[in-house]
Amino acid sequence: MSDLTPTTTGTAQARQVAFRGGGFAPASHRWIGVLVFILLVTLAELGTRQGWISPLTLPLPSDVLKTFGELYASGLLWAHMSVSLTRLFVGAVLGASLGVAVGVLIGLFSYVRAGLVPLTAALFPIPKIALLPLFVIWFGIDEGSKYALIAFGTFTPTVVATYGAVDNVDRSLIRMGQSFNLSWMSIVRKIVLPGAMPGILSGLRISLAIAIILLVAAEMLGAEYGIGAYILEAGSLYDLERLFAGVTILSLLGVTMSATIGLIERRLLNWRQ
Amino acid sequence: MDIRLSGVSHSYDQFEVLRDISLEIPSGKIVCIVGPSGCGKSTLLRFIGGLEQPTKGEVLQIGNPPKDCLNPLTYIFQDFALLPWRSVRGNISLVLEDHGIRGARAEGIIADVLARTKLTEFHKALPKQLSGGMKQRVAIARALAVNPAVMLMDEPLSALDSQTRELLMDDLVNLWTRTPFTAVYVTHNLAEAVRLGHSIVVMSRRPGEIREVVHLETPLDQRHYGDSALEEKQKYLWQLMREEARAADAELVHV
Ligand SMILES: Nc1ncnc2c1ncn2[C@@H]1O[C@H](COP(=O)(O)OP(=O)(O)OP(=O)(O)O)[C@@H](O)[C@H]1O
Ligand SMILES: [Mg+2]
Repeated sequence: MSDLTPTTTGTAQARQVAFRGGGFAPASHRWIGVLVFILLVTLAELGTRQGWISPLTLPLPSDVLKTFGELYASGLLWAHMSVSLTRLFVGAVLGASLGVAVGVLIGLFSYVRAGLVPLTAALFPIPKIALLPLFVIWFGIDEGSKYALIAFGTFTPTVVATYGAVDNVDRSLIRMGQSFNLSWMSIVRKIVLPGAMPGILSGLRISLAIAIILLVAAEMLGAEYGIGAYILEAGSLYDLERLFAGVTILSLLGVTMSATIGLIERRLLNWRQ
Repeated sequence: MDIRLSGVSHSYDQFEVLRDISLEIPSGKIVCIVGPSGCGKSTLLRFIGGLEQPTKGEVLQIGNPPKDCLNPLTYIFQDFALLPWRSVRGNISLVLEDHGIRGARAEGIIADVLARTKLTEFHKALPKQLSGGMKQRVAIARALAVNPAVMLMDEPLSALDSQTRELLMDDLVNLWTRTPFTAVYVTHNLAEAVRLGHSIVVMSRRPGEIREVVHLETPLDQRHYGDSALEEKQKYLWQLMREEARAADAELVHV
């Protein structure tokens, strides 16, 4: 500690104060993600070509790409994508919008909360995939059961995220609204909902990822077309190239969704610090 | 419009906060309320504005608010309470929208209150881009927009540094001198009380009772920073509050 005591000799050395305030501030380095991805694929390609990864464990990335090209050329890609995207869209929109609505009601009314919070807690841990046969009986083997499965899977996490977000809205802002005699509707629309938006959107990220997982599950039964059906068929034949082509499509879907939500967040939440 | 409190007492469960407060708030005057921490000043202000109800006693409005008054009892909060997702203009239009004031009429009101609080250039800024003093000026502009009969201010300057506080006090004095408004002004700061108050209500420690009401005759625009007569008053107030504050402090330690 002697170097901290003021010296009168004038020979004390001057040093820069060490910087220790770095980190903990998310910054955007999007290209790193792309780099990691390219690195992994190149590694797999090299490994399988040179033989230190057995072709039984991992297909050649370039073969996967070729399969993908064939799928595209045959027009089947669009056939699979269009049905899957419709299922995903209908199911997720149903589940998420119902989830937000129920979550807001739970957040606003204590009777609804008392009635529905235990119910959501009971529904949340049920693996929705296990309920697929039940949904087939209820809604038919066609699209109905698939919509229901995806909707149900997105519903519960959205509810939980939404009412948590509503609970976290700054009470003093609501007080302010009341003190200016804003109507109940105005307070909900102009204070509660925008205030809950960050929480709702981050909940939506999770819900939509779950929706993609459930899409594959939903296409296990009674689906001719669909990314999930395509993957499951390839899996049962141990056709690794097609399996990986399908999985890649799902991953791209996930990335696109997450990027879309990120875009919405930047648009809608630019008011945050 | 005057406000009269008669025999207001309040307990949260068994916890007595206010005891038998009777007070008159005359139109066009600023009444300051000072008292030790936790004596129930904020609670009292919430009763006056109708955000909470006392267990005993009543809060009365005497007479009618002026015709053009949109929200007779209007708060200015210590933490500003601005919507972070709305711009300065949006925060002010928020309180007009519900009264059906839109378009040109709203623009007129907004431009007027922004000019009065010297915020005209900042109408597009988001709250996160403003300093504390500017945020509070936005809150004052928002309150002015509804043309209140009584302004209820709960430590409006406490979150600010002392220079900004001085400036904003001058702003408030100017606003009042141009068009006198009625206000109840809660504060910890005796200097603020003697600068802005026509009368100063000194409260005892919890359960809060009125200890004394001190009247100041000097017109607001003639009270200046470092005025010796004001400092005398301030010293007197401090004498009154000192033992209460000390006792309140000791009580907190025992809890
Ligand atoms: N909603 C509530 N429920 C229970 N107790 C409360 C509630 N609000 C306030 N109190 C208690 O009532 C007392 C008075 O609170 P109040 O906020 O009115 O004090 P204050 O004079 O404004 O204090 P400060 O100067 O610190 O702002 C405090 O002891 C507080 O703990
Ligand atoms: Mg207080």
